[in-house]
Amino acid sequence: MTAYIIRRLLLLPLILFGVTLIIFSFTQILGPEKLLSAYVNPNVFDKLSNEDLDKLIHKYGLDQPLWTRYFKWINGVFHGDLGWSVTAKQPVAQAIKERIPYTLELALYAMIPVIGVGIWLGVAAAVNRDKFLDHFIRIFAIVGWSLPDFVFGLVVLMIFYSVLGWFPPGTMSSWAEQIVKSPEFKHFTHILSIDALLNGRLDIFWDAIRHLIGPILTISWLWWAYLLRITRSSMLEVLGKEYVRTARAKGVPEKDVIHKHARKNAMIPVVTVAGAMVIGLLSGTVIVEVIFNRIGMGRFTAQAATQLDYAAVLGSVLFYSTILIIGNLIIDILYAALDPRIRLG
Amino acid sequence: MNTELKRTLRKLFKNPSAILGFALLAFFILVAVFAPLIAPPINPLFPDENGNPMKLDDPYIMPILSWSSDPVPPSKDHPFGMIAGRDIFYGVVWGTRTAFKIGLIVVSASTLFGIIIGSIAGYFGGWIDEVLMRITDIFLSIPFLLAAMVLTTILGSGLDKVMIAMIIFGWMATARLIRANILQVKEEQFVLAAKALGIKNFIIIVRHILPNTIFPVLVQATMRLGSLVITAAALSFLGLGAPIGYADWGSMLNYTRNYILGSSGQALAYWYTVFYPGMAMVLFVLAWNLVGDALRDVFDPKLK
Repeated sequence: MTAYIIRRLLLLPLILFGVTLIIFSFTQILGPEKLLSAYVNPNVFDKLSNEDLDKLIHKYGLDQPLWTRYFKWINGVFHGDLGWSVTAKQPVAQAIKERIPYTLELALYAMIPVIGVGIWLGVAAAVNRDKFLDHFIRIFAIVGWSLPDFVFGLVVLMIFYSVLGWFPPGTMSSWAEQIVKSPEFKHFTHILSIDALLNGRLDIFWDAIRHLIGPILTISWLWWAYLLRITRSSMLEVLGKEYVRTARAKGVPEKDVIHKHARKNAMIPVVTVAGAMVIGLLSGTVIVEVIFNRIGMGRFTAQAATQLDYAAVLGSVLFYSTILIIGNLIIDILYAALDPRIRLG
Repeated sequence: MNTELKRTLRKLFKNPSAILGFALLAFFILVAVFAPLIAPPINPLFPDENGNPMKLDDPYIMPILSWSSDPVPPSKDHPFGMIAGRDIFYGVVWGTRTAFKIGLIVVSASTLFGIIIGSIAGYFGGWIDEVLMRITDIFLSIPFLLAAMVLTTILGSGLDKVMIAMIIFGWMATARLIRANILQVKEEQFVLAAKALGIKNFIIIVRHILPNTIFPVLVQATMRLGSLVITAAALSFLGLGAPIGYADWGSMLNYTRNYILGSSGQALAYWYTVFYPGMAMVLFVLAWNLVGDALRDVFDPKLK
């Protein structure tokens, strides 16, 4: 097991190397002039002579071969320098650092209702197999699975903002933003709602939560559907096992059979899905952050990608891929730890 | 084979959600095939010399029927309403063709690509396998939406670029599946016999191995189709896919964003701009998911 983990950890930088190399090579399709727009305002281009343009391209090393430029970039990464983001108007590393807490906050809060409700519905469906409740939950799941997040997000905005006025888009109200940016407001964790509580500002806490509910509702839907499906089928499998029959034959009350005997073992595949979900929630906030106009990694990446801010794109890809790889490793380890039948090698 | 097929089909159509899925799919196929009859590609504003409405050069470019860009509520002439001077009904109908085009092209191309990579890795094994699988790992380590987003922008936006990007980042699951299946089939007697007879590797793979591993791949392809259409629409929604005015559900929804807050005093005034394209997309994806689910139950009872 330890050998396996070490091998996977050794592979991590190799895969990250490959990932960034792929993205880096793709950006080369753009040609030096397009790449220059990361350094120079493209509106100035027209006023420049071809000679000046060539000079600029040479100045930023855009005429050098792919490998030279890639290793220059990698070298920067090792020194914590990810380049300059045009869209954020700040260094990429700084931009990412500032935005992670917002995305983390959204993903963390979304996990609570998703895991709680998803598992509960899945168990309920399995226990009531082929009854009305089961059919109802399964329809809910398959519709949820088919509902694109941007369509659902638009509907949530329409209902809860336009009609009811409960959950506005954005990250926080402007009055709250003024307080948060003032020197009295201490930033302990950089997660807005927690910082608000630690500062004793309940009004800001509520404001932050109000802005979170819409996005949480939007991303929850898909993962509810996913989680409850896995829970249901895993639970059904366990309920058919002999030891469950034995427990029932012994006269163990049905409630205990389900909650004490069956559910525990049914949770093994669910844990791995929950793990995949954490990755999915962290990297799946792109659309939601764009629709609800929230500060965060997702919207930053979307802006960077659509405006060809390639230093920011490379930085974001590095960030997301690291999460993905480490997340998958943790899932595999958890899986082996929970199910002694599985051997890693 | 015949009785087996019959039994499979019977099993397939005993499941109510499978029937719903196939019915929905049949409906969308009909809409796509008869799109020119349901929503004729003409522009009534510009009659030709005989007084007949002008035919559109490209039916996928929705004709501009009014110069007011604000949404117009559903009426007799425009049952789904209008947005940006264009008929939403027309866009939804022709958007069905766009959705099929995106889904089928991306799924078949990426599946084919995955089959080739997976077969080579699984059949030859050794260092070829090792290299190909590590490349697969690398491609799998970039979140799909992010990768597609970046590559589409680099290639220069547009629906064709969206499809290319999704194919380049969409083959890995198939490759892994095929490889795993081939590793299993490879040691079977009939493959060893074929090898002993001196039959060429390519023939063995295509004639003997692939037919034995193809069903799970087809099921997987069906199940992927719905989510691929969602991703393509998400890219259009972010402004990377089809341009405004193209008959594509995603870009229609993108344009809707400006009107999401309704008009003063009437919050839901523009509900139809989200409802119809959104509903078309949900039902389309639902159809493929139900069909994929049903096929999986039939061909792979273990996965239930």
